[in-house]
Amino acid sequence: MDIGSLAANGFSWYMMQHQSAQGDSTSALTLSSVKAVSMNFSHQIVQYLLSGFSTGAIYSLIGLGFAIIYNSTGIINFAQGEFVMLGGMLTYFFLTVAGIPLFASIILSVIIATATGVIFERLAIRPLRNATPLSLVIITIGGSIFIRGIAMLVWGKDTHAIPMFSGTEPLFLAGATILPQHLWIFGITILIIVINKLYFYYSISGKAMRACSYNRNAASLVGIDVRRMVLFSFAISSAMGSVAGMIAAPLTMTSYDVGVMLGLKGFCAAIIGGMSSGIGTVLGGLILGVLESLGAGLLSSGYKDAIAFIILLLILFIRPRGIFRKAETERV
Amino acid sequence: MKRLVSLFSVFLALFVFATSSIAANPIRIGALFSVTGPASFLGEPEKKTLELLVRDLNSKGGVQGSKVELFVYDTQGDATKAVQLATRLIKNDKVVVIIGPSTTGETMAVMPVVEKERIPLISCAAGIKITEPVKRWVFKTPANDHVAAEKIFNYAAKLKQRKFALLTVSDSYGASGREQIRALAAKKGLTIVADEVYSPKDTDMTPQLTRIRGFKPDAVICWGTNPGPAVVTRNMKQLGLKIPLYQSHGVASKKFIELAGAAAAEGVMLPAGKLAVYDLISKNDPQLKVLREYDQMYRKAFGTEASTFGGYAYDGFQLVINAVRKAGATPDKIRTGLEQTRKMVGVSGVFNMSPSDHNGLDLSAFEMVRITRGDWALAR
Repeated sequence: MDIGSLAANGFSWYMMQHQSAQGDSTSALTLSSVKAVSMNFSHQIVQYLLSGFSTGAIYSLIGLGFAIIYNSTGIINFAQGEFVMLGGMLTYFFLTVAGIPLFASIILSVIIATATGVIFERLAIRPLRNATPLSLVIITIGGSIFIRGIAMLVWGKDTHAIPMFSGTEPLFLAGATILPQHLWIFGITILIIVINKLYFYYSISGKAMRACSYNRNAASLVGIDVRRMVLFSFAISSAMGSVAGMIAAPLTMTSYDVGVMLGLKGFCAAIIGGMSSGIGTVLGGLILGVLESLGAGLLSSGYKDAIAFIILLLILFIRPRGIFRKAETERV
Repeated sequence: MKRLVSLFSVFLALFVFATSSIAANPIRIGALFSVTGPASFLGEPEKKTLELLVRDLNSKGGVQGSKVELFVYDTQGDATKAVQLATRLIKNDKVVVIIGPSTTGETMAVMPVVEKERIPLISCAAGIKITEPVKRWVFKTPANDHVAAEKIFNYAAKLKQRKFALLTVSDSYGASGREQIRALAAKKGLTIVADEVYSPKDTDMTPQLTRIRGFKPDAVICWGTNPGPAVVTRNMKQLGLKIPLYQSHGVASKKFIELAGAAAAEGVMLPAGKLAVYDLISKNDPQLKVLREYDQMYRKAFGTEASTFGGYAYDGFQLVINAVRKAGATPDKIRTGLEQTRKMVGVSGVFNMSPSDHNGLDLSAFEMVRITRGDWALAR
């Protein structure tokens, strides 16, 4: 709640600044029609940016999940999108079907999604420690199909709506609108990123995970239990994915198959960020979200999904280490 | 030796018995529905409906003294599978008529097969290309998209709306709707000021709607099936857009209101098949009895409200039975019978087929409805 209102205050302040700057720049124009058009256009741009940031924040969280597992195991976990789906669907299930209050539903869903991630690692990844990364990646694809199939059998094929966390009335900011749910998305994303940073830099197990990402053998030699760190990375990623799924679900709705597209978009974000489990992937997600939104608004809405994949291909061709990573930086 | 002979005679008896039971000439009806896969929201109620109807008919003694034997296959929404399964229905199962497939793409793929094998096909897909131009062996039960589009424009004319923004889904349903709307608007001299699309899995349409707002249309027409239109409806509320919104007949189910939320869906208008609103339509409506019967039968069997999509299969089956009664049970006679269908009251409308019209529905197939306080209300 605090985070939400904090973010709201911060945002409205930013918007006020923006609006006054807007007023100054346009007041110089004498033609009222030109003014109206430019106001209208700038309102549109603000709206595109806001939409882009909110979808981008979700992509960031999913991308971070990819990056954390990649850094500790060297594999791309293509089941990441399914944890996003589980976050949304479990919340729907507890809230609507089981009738548990929102806050408790969220906690329960995160716990179950995390447990699923841990079980997935135990049953599908750990027994095959000596397999090549490629076979492990294929196993994660199998895992994702399996989880999706179970979800379809249990919850059916329908799309489900989840109520907003607080309020449904849009807030008007500088000619653009956002919902209270967007503030929740921004707030929770920032909170998770901060916790993530603190964990990796100031806790023993976080530092141990970073050590594993630099050099697994060396980490093992100084007494770090690498296997446990891999398990941790799956737990953290699945928890993060499920949170992304549940904060987005009130806006986007959820169904058993939302994980596919979101997983791919999160993967794009992580690639843009060079698989860093820090600010790089976060920026990658935001850039992706904003470009999609601007592309759909200004160019053509037909190319919205294509934009993400064109960026992905360009980066893989031109700069495979991501646009935010210098040649030699840390990977965590 | 004696034992062998007796064994043989038992087999012979069994064989004779088995063939004699077939000799009562069951009518073999084939069905292709996309029960799983992306179009399962169509195929699932269609399959359930058809199986229910066949069971019901057989328990009442069948049609013209013969039972109906049903062969249903799941195409998974895949055109290649649909073609293979259609061939299997015709060659192995020796069906005399096929009901389905569920989607336009699959139907287009199956059409050459049935034309060649001379087996009548009653498609449950809405695409206009299925029956225009008319193919000898192909019929369909859902009304054409342009009938729904015309219903919207006729209503919009009453409200003096002349500038429209389109927001259509980028699949075959949306593409067909977009094409029909554009053609119809050109014919009626109306302007399409914006023509935006979204992909079926999109979760945020605010960019498209923001762009549409810039063009100041009199109304927005959204053409898609759930969940996209629900997202559009929510996004319009989020953006504070006060422009009237029309949806297509593809979302005429309570699920849409549930997904969009009653508050956001308030005032949304759409042409709905009468099944969704049968308790609102006039008491003298010829369809009322059929609609009520179908809905109650479906609710009793499956515990959920009947959907328009299941209605397509319902109509397909009734058309077949009607044709068998009228003309006979061979593929050729069924085809002739189908073409001679007059005033057959179904779920999708009242069918009047002819050699030049293999759909047989008109504007009366739809009612314009407006969503009011989370429920349907007739828009007058």
